Amino acid sequence: MRWLAEVHVALRPGIADPEGQTIGTALRSLGYETVSEVRSGKLMSISFDADDESAAKAAIGEMCRRLLANPVMEMATWELRAELTDADEAIPA
Amino acid sequence: MTMAAWRPRVVVAVFPGTWSERDFAHVAENVLGWECRTLWHLEAELGACDAVVLPGGFAHGDHLRTGAIARFSPIMRAVEAFAAAGGPVIGSCNGFQVLTEAGLLPGALMRNDHLQFRCDWQSLRVERPERAPAWLGDLANGDVIRLPISHGEGRYVADAATLDGLEREGRVVLRYANVAGEVTDEANPNGSQRSIAGLVNERGNVLGLMPHPERAAEAELGGTDGLRLFRSLERWLQEQPAATERRL
Repeated sequence: MRWLAEVHVALRPGIADPEGQTIGTALRSLGYETVSEVRSGKLMSISFDADDESAAKAAIGEMCRRLLANPVMEMATWELRAELTDADEAIPA
Repeated sequence: MTMAAWRPRVVVAVFPGTWSERDFAHVAENVLGWECRTLWHLEAELGACDAVVLPGGFAHGDHLRTGAIARFSPIMRAVEAFAAAGGPVIGSCNGFQVLTEAGLLPGALMRNDHLQFRCDWQSLRVERPERAPAWLGDLANGDVIRLPISHGEGRYVADAATLDGLEREGRVVLRYANVAGEVTDEANPNGSQRSIAGLVNERGNVLGLMPHPERAAEAELGGTDGLRLFRSLERWLQEQPAATERRL
């Protein structure tokens, strides 16, 4: 079955984030003076097939470890849900 | 055959988006008189070679993270085996980024702290060159060399324990410095931790550095300090027992 994982890759605490700092400066200059910190990151939506939920979790965990995040400076969190396919949507209610 | 017939054989790896392979090949063949082969990243064998170059550029468009996708190319299995056997490997700029992603060197290279691409001549202080005999054997501790840098993501990052370990083991061999060789915040072009510009693996055969030695190999182009690394390699190779066999 088809799964959709939303993977959020964030910089580890303590890793300098000049992009986030620049965004924070821009927000404050727009008048949002209460903005104290911005941390930038990446959001990836990954559609893939797996037999069941545990296989899907194992697969996305492995993808994160092998490629999507570099543990030197990043960490990945993800949410997983079954994805409706075109075939599912074609079934009349 | 005479000894003069022996020439170092270098392989330059090329990934989609690599941009410095021709500069390396030009210097190897036309300036140094070496044998040079450029190898596409899908090749799984290096063939007969004495040293491997991972050149600069934007392998796979720098997508996801610099070097993150290149590390999975078939040629990297061969480079890892070559490095594990003690073969000299140099990764410059994007090549350095690939080496860290591949785990051949610790740490990571991140976006410059000022977020700008920086292309300039840069002074570097040489430290503990004996830790990288194949690449820095002709240089002395405290030497100041001048090489071009050309990168947007050269800020060296590692956790404190890793940094302390590198320092303790003398594996930081190049630091950003001013022309006097002083390591200062002002001389650090990208915010690298501890001004690290280049480091070696534990064994000392794999060197990663953000600067471009291949762009400092002809006086007409502004400097020749890059040649000191390549001459070091040539001398080191000649001193290795295996080189004797190659000369026969």
